[in-house]
Parts: sequence; C-alpha cells; structure tokens
Amino acid sequence: MKRLAAINDFVVKFANVNGSGSASANELFAKAFLRMGVPVSPRNIFPSNIQGLPTWYEVRVSEQGWLARRGGVDLMVAMNPQTWDRDVKELEPGGYLLYDSSKPLPPSKFRADIHPVGVPITELANAHFADGHVRQLVKNLIYVGALASLLDLELEVLADMIRERYKEKDKLTESNLAALRLGFDYAARHLAGAIGLKARRADNVGERIFIEGNAAAALGCVYGGATVCAWYPITPSSSLAEAFMHYCARLRVDKATGKNKFAIIQAEDELASIGIVVGAGWNGARAFTATSGPGVSLMTEFIGLAYFAEIPVTIIDVQRGGPSTGMPTRTQQSDLLACAYASHGDTKHVLLFPDGPRECFEFAALALDLADRLQTPVFLMTDLDIGMNRHLCEPLAWDDSRRYDRGKVMSRADLDSGKDFGRYLDVDGDGIPYRTLPGTHPDRGAYFTRGTSRDAYARYSEAGPDYVYNMERLLRKFATAKTLVPKPVLTPAKKPARFGAIYFGSTAPAMHESLDALAGQGVHVNALRVRGFPFPDEVAEFVKAHPKVFVIEQNRDAQLKTLLVNEAGIGAENLISVLHYDGTPITARFITGEIARIARRFQRPAPAPAHEVA
Amino acid sequence: MTSIGKPKLHHPALQANKIGFTRRDYEGKVSTLCAGCGHDSISAALIQAFWELDIEPHRVAKLSGIGCSSKTPDYFLGNSHGFNSVHGRMPSVLTGANLANRGLIYLGVSGDGDSASIGLGQFAHVMRRRVNMAYILENNGVYGLTKGQFSATADSGSRSRRGLTNTDAAVDTVSLALLMGATFVARGFSGDKAQLVPLIKAAIAHPGAAFIDVVSPCVAFNNHPGSTKSYDYVRQHNDAVNRLDVWPAREPIAVDYAEGATIEVPQFDGSVLRLRKLDAHYDATDKTSAMAHITHAAEKGEVVTGLLYLAPDASDLHAHLDTVETPLNALGDADLCPGAAMLDKINAALR
Ligand SMILES: Cc1ncc(C[n+]2csc(CCOP(=O)(O)OP(=O)(O)O)c2C)c(N)n1
Ligand code: SF4
Repeated sequence: MKRLAAINDFVVKFANVNGSGSASANELFAKAFLRMGVPVSPRNIFPSNIQGLPTWYEVRVSEQGWLARRGGVDLMVAMNPQTWDRDVKELEPGGYLLYDSSKPLPPSKFRADIHPVGVPITELANAHFADGHVRQLVKNLIYVGALASLLDLELEVLADMIRERYKEKDKLTESNLAALRLGFDYAARHLAGAIGLKARRADNVGERIFIEGNAAAALGCVYGGATVCAWYPITPSSSLAEAFMHYCARLRVDKATGKNKFAIIQAEDELASIGIVVGAGWNGARAFTATSGPGVSLMTEFIGLAYFAEIPVTIIDVQRGGPSTGMPTRTQQSDLLACAYASHGDTKHVLLFPDGPRECFEFAALALDLADRLQTPVFLMTDLDIGMNRHLCEPLAWDDSRRYDRGKVMSRADLDSGKDFGRYLDVDGDGIPYRTLPGTHPDRGAYFTRGTSRDAYARYSEAGPDYVYNMERLLRKFATAKTLVPKPVLTPAKKPARFGAIYFGSTAPAMHESLDALAGQGVHVNALRVRGFPFPDEVAEFVKAHPKVFVIEQNRDAQLKTLLVNEAGIGAENLISVLHYDGTPITARFITGEIARIARRFQRPAPAPAHEVA
Repeated sequence: MTSIGKPKLHHPALQANKIGFTRRDYEGKVSTLCAGCGHDSISAALIQAFWELDIEPHRVAKLSGIGCSSKTPDYFLGNSHGFNSVHGRMPSVLTGANLANRGLIYLGVSGDGDSASIGLGQFAHVMRRRVNMAYILENNGVYGLTKGQFSATADSGSRSRRGLTNTDAAVDTVSLALLMGATFVARGFSGDKAQLVPLIKAAIAHPGAAFIDVVSPCVAFNNHPGSTKSYDYVRQHNDAVNRLDVWPAREPIAVDYAEGATIEVPQFDGSVLRLRKLDAHYDATDKTSAMAHITHAAEKGEVVTGLLYLAPDASDLHAHLDTVETPLNALGDADLCPGAAMLDKINAALR
C-alpha cells in the first residue's frame, strides 16, 4: 500500500474540539518547525461558536517556502470523534491518521488506503496525572510529543518553547514538559518508523517573524500615530483592537506621569465607533476603527458624511464571509464594492490591499497619513485569513526619519499671515482644500462642518454651481489619491507571456505558488498585484499589454473586476475571472487548475468557422 | 439659498465682558427658523451665557445632529467651529472630538427626534461615558424639520397637526440622563431666559456630562389645526428640505415666575404647559429624590424645571481613561512613534 514519504514538505491537520485547550499546543507544533529553519503556514479553521464545536488547525510545512494552503492533508491528528468520518475522508491516499487508541475502534472507522497510527493518549494522561482538568489539557501535549518522535522534530526545541511560554518555575511548565515527554517516549518505543513524513533542520526561515495580520495592523496604527480608536466587537476584527490596546499599554504610556497618550473606546455599536472616529478626525487626532462587513454596513451614513464634509477617517475592514452574517468565521474578499462606494449619493473611497502582516503594518500607518493628506475615509482591506492567522513574513520595519503627514492644516500663524481661508477652496489644484482645527484662532478660520451642500467658504448653499464645484473637486482629489496609493507590484513570467493575472491581498501566497506550478506546465503568466484603489495607471497599462488577463479574487461577483471596469477604463472582454468563495483560503491548486484549464482553451488554435459571416 | 451673513456693526456703547467681547461677538448667522420658534430663544440664552462666562468664542466646539434644533449652532458663536453631523449621532462625534482635544469647551445641541428616537442609544451612552460637555436638548415633542410627525417625547394622547393621536408612552430624557449616569441634569423652558441662562452657565462650568432638557415650543407644528391660514406674516420657512408651506410668525413664548411656583403656559396649539420651578430648598445632590420629584410632578401633570441633579464629585471620560493633559491632537511624532529600535525588539520576540 502507498505510503506518503516527504521531508519538510507536507500538510498536518489537527481536528479538535473548541475549548479543549488545543490551540497553544498546535501552535507550539508549528513554531517548532520555524525554530528548525523550516517555513510553515498554519491556518485556524474554526466555527462561529465558542465551545464544544469542531475546530481545526492546518499546518503546511514547506521547505521551499510556499505559504498558501496547499489543499489535501497528509497527516491528520483526529482528536474529535464528532468529525472523525469527514476528517478521515480528507486524507490523501497513503496518508497517516494519528488517533487516541485508548478505546478500540472498529475497522469500519478507517480507510484501507491510509495508515492509522494509534497512541493511547487518554490512557497515558490518566495514568500520569491526577487532576481531571489537567488530564484534559495535557492530552494536547501528549500528541505533540508523539508527533515530535514520529516526525523527528527536536524535542529540546519544543521544551525550550514551553519554558519560554510559562517562564521557568511555573507548575504548568512541569506538567507540559512531562506530557510532551510521555508522548515522545511512547511513540519512540512503539511506533518507530510508522510515518514517512520527516522534519529536518534547514535554513529557510532567516530573520522572518511569525505574526497575525491583526497584530501587525495594530502595531501599524501605533507607529502611524493613531491616538483614538473606537470599535465594536466583531469577528475577525476584535483581536486587532485588542492588540492595539495591548501595544498602547506597552508603548504609549507617558513615562513621567504614567498617563496614557491614547484613548480607546469600546463603543455601543458601529454607528458610535465610526462617529467617534469622525469627531476625533475632525478635531485633528489620528483615529481609526476596526470592523468587518456588517459593521461597514452600519457605518455607511457616517462614511458618506466624512467623504462629503472631508474628514480624515481610517477604517480597517477585516473581511469575512458575507452577505449578512454569512460565514462569520470564514474568509472572503467580498466587501470591495461596499467599501469603494460606501454610502448614498456619488461617493468613492480610497482602499489599500495588504497581502499579509508586513503590509498590514505598513499600510495601516500609510492609511493614517493618507486620511490626513486627503481628508477623506481610507479603508485598509484585510481579511480573516490575513488577520487571524499567523504568517511568516519579513520583519516589520520603520524608518526613524519618517514624519507623519498631517496634511493641509492651517495654523494660527498661517491665518495671521493673512492667507485667504476658504475651507473648500482648491488652492493647490489637487482637489485637497485646507482646514483649520477648532480652537486655532480667535477670529479667523472658524467654519461650520456639515454633510449638507455648501460653497467654497463652507457657507450653506444649495446653489447648483456650488454643489457641482465641490463634487468636481472631490473627483480631482480622487485623482490625486491615485498618485498616492501604493503602486501595483509586477511579477514577470520567466518566459514571454500572453497571459496576465491581476490579484490582490490574501490571494498572494497561493498566486505566487501557482505561477510557479503553471510555468512548470508551460503556461506563462505575468502577474500584477494591485495594492491600492483608485488604481494607478500601471494597472490599465498592464491589461492593455495582454490579450487576456485573469482576475483572481475570493468572492462570487468578481468585485475587483467590476472595479477595474468601472474605474480604470478597462474593457470587461479582456478579463477572465477566477473566483473562489467557499470561505476557505484560496489554494495554489485551485488557481493552477482554473488558469491551466482556461489557458489551454485559448492556446488551442481556434476552430475554423463553418460559414463566413459577412 | 445661501445663508445670510450678519453685518458686524458694533455700537460703541455695547457693553463688553471681562475679556473685551460684546454680545455681538457671540452671535452667528441670521436664524432661518420660524419666527417665534423656541429654539431661537435658546440660542439667545446661549449667547447670553457664554458672554457672561467670559469665554473666548473660539474655545468652544459646538456639535449637533440633524433637525431644526440641530441647525441652531450656526446661529450663535460665529467664531467657533461647528459640526452638523448625522441624525441622532452627534453624541459619538462629540465624544471623538472631546477625546482629540480635552482643552476646548464642548456644546452638544440636539432635538427630541434626534436624541430620543434615532439617537436614543447614543444619548444614553454619552451620558454613561461622562463626556465633559453641555448637552442641550431642544425639546418640542415633534419632528420640526420633517414637518410635524410625533417624536418620542410627545405625550401619550397628544394629537398631531394631521389629527393623529399618539398612543406611545413618552420618553422622559431627564429621567433617562439621570439613570444613565449624567452628573448634571436640568430642565428649562425656552421662554424662561432668567432661569435658562444660569442653568446653561452651570452646565458649561460642570466638569462632566451636563444635560439640560429645554422645553421649546414649535410654532409650526404645535399650531392648532386650521390656524395655518390665519397668518399675518408669511415666511418661507426652511431651506434644507425646500419646504413650500408657510407658517404664521408668532411672538416667542416668554414667562417669568418665582422659584417654587407653578405657571400655566399656553402653547401655540392651544394646549397648556404647567411648569413648576424647583424651590430654593431643593437638594440637587440627592439622585433618588430627584427621580422621585420628577415622577411625582409628572403624575400631577406638571413639568419640573430647574437644576434637578448635580453630582458633587463629578469626573469625566478623560479622567476615567487616564489620558495625558496635553490634548491628543497636539502630541507630535516623537510622543507617538516608539521608533525603529523598539520595533526590532518586537520583531525579535516574534521569532
Ligand atoms: C438617517 C436619517 N433619517 C431621517 C432623517 C430625516 N430627519 C431630518 S430632521 C428629523 C427630525 C428632527 O426632529 P427633532 O430632532 O425633534 O428636531 P426639530 O426639527 O423638531 O428641532 C428627521 C427625521 C435624516 N436626516 N436622517
Ligand atoms: S418647524 Fe418648529 S422647530 Fe422647526 S423652526 Fe419652525 S417652529 Fe422651530
């Protein structure tokens, strides 16, 4: 019978019960590879529920460094009886099933083409630990220990991480170490050679760090100078606000007085959180909110106000499966249109698309700059896959010579110098007017902010020309935004390519792997990763340069394609959608399969028409 | 229509306050509300209060929602920044503004539709957050700007201009503010300037969440049916909704009565409002008896006015969040950015 064999290149999946304490043991397992220099990318697959329901943790080990989900499972750690059947089904032929063999299971519970590896986990736990709660928790460490032996993971690496986590003396260190050892010894004694998958030291991790996108975005907000954060809990964005709280408490407390150089409000709802951000932005503080689709829906009226009244606002949308409550703990890229055109009337908003934690950090700080520069809402569009999973990425970087761009704010001295102040005057021709902050000057520069039409001097006006002037100026401002958002990144094919591909955000790791696989099949594709909206001119030029361009995105309605057609003057006929939207992160397998299938169709010579049509 | 700028002609004899400003310096644009609207009387009281308090107008930020009442900040303190936000959600905008710069004085202006219906949630939460502000609710029991629908403060049994009877119970914003944790709660009447001005002054001076519910008759929709044709002065009322109807100009309702007394005030619709002014011995620091007082008065069909509750040890949101004294909007890059060396440390911990 087939036996999968591989070194540093396989997928391990843990099937657990939510609330059983498996999360930290599973993460320990993933991190052990990193410490041994082998890249991994883990993904949490969890239900919209707190306790008792199934949860999975999938670890892709790839010495080559592929960080997307691969698809398929080589080794399943089946700890949840509820999901046993589907977990067993998911295994690749020749794969391995690690299970708790404390109670015998009938042969019907296994597949003929897989290799069961039984470890009496409950028995071991019960024999060595007295406390019921501890028994439950140490089970996770027992299977990690067994895996260490089976896969040749270095036991000391794991032990060190346990000591780091619980700090030397803690009782937890002792019990965890003992359980780890228990599993390891059992497997070493009884299961030597049972599994053909192996870990081996490598040198492919380097300086890279392992961080969740939400934590990185929160750090970006700290480094970018955000002082006000207002939020309302919603998966998958809550951990972003919580990380901001954590980092502020550490990095933003005034040393002399012990007082906080930040204000964080858990608002009563999203209507209030965006309102607080609007008020703070109006009054000159850098402010942001983090939310997800349903939150954006509630915020839209205020977003329209911020657009029309021209107030800096940063909104981080950690996208999840929609519409409505959709799949709250699954990932998608399906809020593009909702954010690009949020609110009634003619509106368009600036969007930034980070591809992982490092860009979450950079673009969060950039979003705060752009919001101030452009005096408008700026959306950072991440998603659950980026936000709630840890990713291996280049270390976060900050240039100490960088200064915040506070935009066009007139000071008291500017006003005293006699400059004409008209709140909505386009002085510089870039569509961006000057503003003053409340309290600046005793008799100059005060104005009334409103969502109603007004003239260039902020005086209420419904006169057609005044309204049109402002609406046109807002378009001019949007054109300026096009020059300020990050440029797209081109990955040229190694050979001349007829096909182009446009992709963005969390699709990136799968796309990069797929480009490689496609090249292996002789399909060469130039790929362009879009990073900002409005689309810089390079995007349309790229499309023009290719007869056919694939647009890869994780939603049903091809929202990026719609935006390209609507806003970049690109003809729909040149664009071919590759869509994935079942809530799981897109895989290289999927992209490769779709593009190869369609590409073959275009590469075949066209059949001669039966009749010439005049 | 473009708003009318008011010519600034200072009469040399106008009295200046301690910081050299006359009352005219506290005025704004010419009001576009109906002649006789109670809201204009409240604007006048605000002008008087700020002038008497010797506050530099530009140190005030005035925020409002949407409605006739919410338009009024354009009509006073022309040299301070104003913000006409969205319907019912001024409280959050004010909260954000206050967080950004604790150094200014925050005035929130709202209507009963704005605060007691669409904005009831934000109203409640801004009180429990104890944002340092003076929150003025211009309460007329109807939606003025959308032409006369019931608001949530309309009394059960009252009739609309269209002849509908309100069957819902009324929201009492004063009780609600008390319950939610406001540290200064008062009720006034737009026509009683002698009482209202000191209440506003005290609310501004209060270092926490100060709320004043001001009963403010609406000349247009508290007008009894049929009387709309009996006007002697016609004015196209409202620019925002392009209203084509016209309302009779009325003299604003004004009253003057002593502490402890009750007065019956006829309204534009012919109904009678019974106001009772709190007497001099009323203990405003006792929250429980404040609540009881309001309830008893309501049972007797009276509306109590005056300072109903004042927390002796009030503190505000900034104190609770323990923020620095420097306004957050004035912190510079050096204050805010932890720097590259710290980031290296953070990176190191993530390996
Ligand atoms: C989201 C939203 N819904 C409805 C409206 C329409 N609207 C404008 S003002 C108003 C009511 C105003 O009533 P109130 O707050 O009592 O103020 P008044 O005009 O009586 O002073 C309504 C419903 C709106 N502007 N926004
Ligand atoms: S409609 Fe009523 S509330 Fe509005 S301005 Fe006229 S009188 Fe005042």
